[in-house]
Amino acid sequence: MKIEIAGQNSFIVYFAEQTSAAVSAQIQAAVANIIATMGDSIIDLVPSYASLLVIFDLDRSDHFAIRKQLRAALNNLDGVDSSAGELVTLPVYYSVEAGPDLEIIAERAGLSIEQVIEIHQQQEYRVYAIGFAPGFAYLGEVDERIAAPRLATPRQKVPRGAVAIADRQTAVYPAVSPGGWNLIGLCPTRMFDPDRTPSMPVAVGDRIRFEAISRDEFLAQGGEL
Amino acid sequence: MSGFLVQQPGLLSLLLDRGRYGAHNLGLTTGGPLDFVAFDWANRLLGNDANATCLEISFGGLALDAEIDCSFVITGAEAPCKLNGDAIPQWQTLDIQAGDRLEIGFATYGTRAYLAVKGGFDIAPSFGSTATVVREKIGGLHGDKLQAGDRLPCSGGTTTDKRRLAAGDRPHYGDFARLRVVPGYQQSAFDPTQQWRFYNSEYSLTERCDRMGFRLEGETVHSNMVGMLSEGICHGAIQIPADGQPIVLMNDRQTIGGYPKIGSVIPLDTSKLAQLTAGSKLRFEAISIEQAHNIHCLEQARFQRCSLQAC
Repeated sequence: MKIEIAGQNSFIVYFAEQTSAAVSAQIQAAVANIIATMGDSIIDLVPSYASLLVIFDLDRSDHFAIRKQLRAALNNLDGVDSSAGELVTLPVYYSVEAGPDLEIIAERAGLSIEQVIEIHQQQEYRVYAIGFAPGFAYLGEVDERIAAPRLATPRQKVPRGAVAIADRQTAVYPAVSPGGWNLIGLCPTRMFDPDRTPSMPVAVGDRIRFEAISRDEFLAQGGEL
Repeated sequence: MSGFLVQQPGLLSLLLDRGRYGAHNLGLTTGGPLDFVAFDWANRLLGNDANATCLEISFGGLALDAEIDCSFVITGAEAPCKLNGDAIPQWQTLDIQAGDRLEIGFATYGTRAYLAVKGGFDIAPSFGSTATVVREKIGGLHGDKLQAGDRLPCSGGTTTDKRRLAAGDRPHYGDFARLRVVPGYQQSAFDPTQQWRFYNSEYSLTERCDRMGFRLEGETVHSNMVGMLSEGICHGAIQIPADGQPIVLMNDRQTIGGYPKIGSVIPLDTSKLAQLTAGSKLRFEAISIEQAHNIHCLEQARFQRCSLQAC
């Protein structure tokens, strides 16, 4: 573990060179411990694949005190509950209609569309990071057989709820936006709703399962085509 | 609720407080004033709460009609300001009456002006802040920049305690800034030659600047990073993409990203950066974390002790 300066009022903690479920669990434990022991002086925490950005309040503390407290919080993760987060199931209407890139992924992998859908559902994913846009959760890791590089030309408009793959990551687009990921289906669950509490159904560290639903179920759950 | 009616919204006018903190876990960025210094003076000149909601007017072109009597202050970029067609000074408490028109023309020095009203604009916070972030459709009136016909609610009220910030205490906006940097993040991935180039070259501000990031042009700098995992980005971080041209990440930056960073500009100096126009020149200067803390504390003390002139 390595603590580096990020800015005048922030540190970045590097937990490992690469990401893994174990690293993610360790970061979650660190987040919990930092909130419990340093809460008042912390402004924001940004957990990601293998790092944690810690932003502190320069009017309440300083670089030296925070580094010391951070070291203590990070050295004492054993007793902290690092259980693998909540298990959240997200429904997906997988089809060529809802996922225009399914055919290409299947063709490239030498699989049928049904097999691609099956493989995407089999995996339990972990929320490694949230960013890019409000509610955009990076989930990993996608089975290598259906991993797909980003599109050479990103789409101008990816619909809200689009379930997508980029390399070994998958995600659900929380809002209409441009995007270069491969689209394989649509999820009727809102990934970010500012008017609802909580505004997101998932948090970093949670485990995600996708479950295929029919077109009718998708529409009944508020999905739009 | 009455307040001000927007006749002309200007190019980019945003309602904002000091920013949205504690919501990075949802992927929400900070937002808030690009120039914290001018923003803070605007509220202080009115005796407002330090986090009261103001209007940030980028470049200018704003016209508002008052529906109430109210004290106000305009700080930041130097721009022709008019009350019912008559020129009015900036950096000083003034009164406006119901039926009056307030205009802030296009900036002549600097780029961001701040309009504060007594008690602040009355905006419902979302995720703990009123800061408008257009990209996220969050904050302000409807998550968007001002539009003609918008009504900016405020309860108004005038103050007899009229104050002015002495000319010598005001910031000066020119076409050059020295940005102090706390080295950090992937700084060790930039070898000494690259660091030397970065800290000893003059950069120009390009046209490609927005509230997410300010792109610079000059000597290219390269790191020896090969592939990197996305990680949290703090305010002022200097990202060096593959083309070697630095980008200073500002208030509306994405919260995570995967480009190497050489360090972060201190907020006092991102405020200076925010007031520059395209073509302005910049230099970077590495400072220690101790120096950065000293600068912060001295600036706080100066802000608190600086006495305002009665007028």
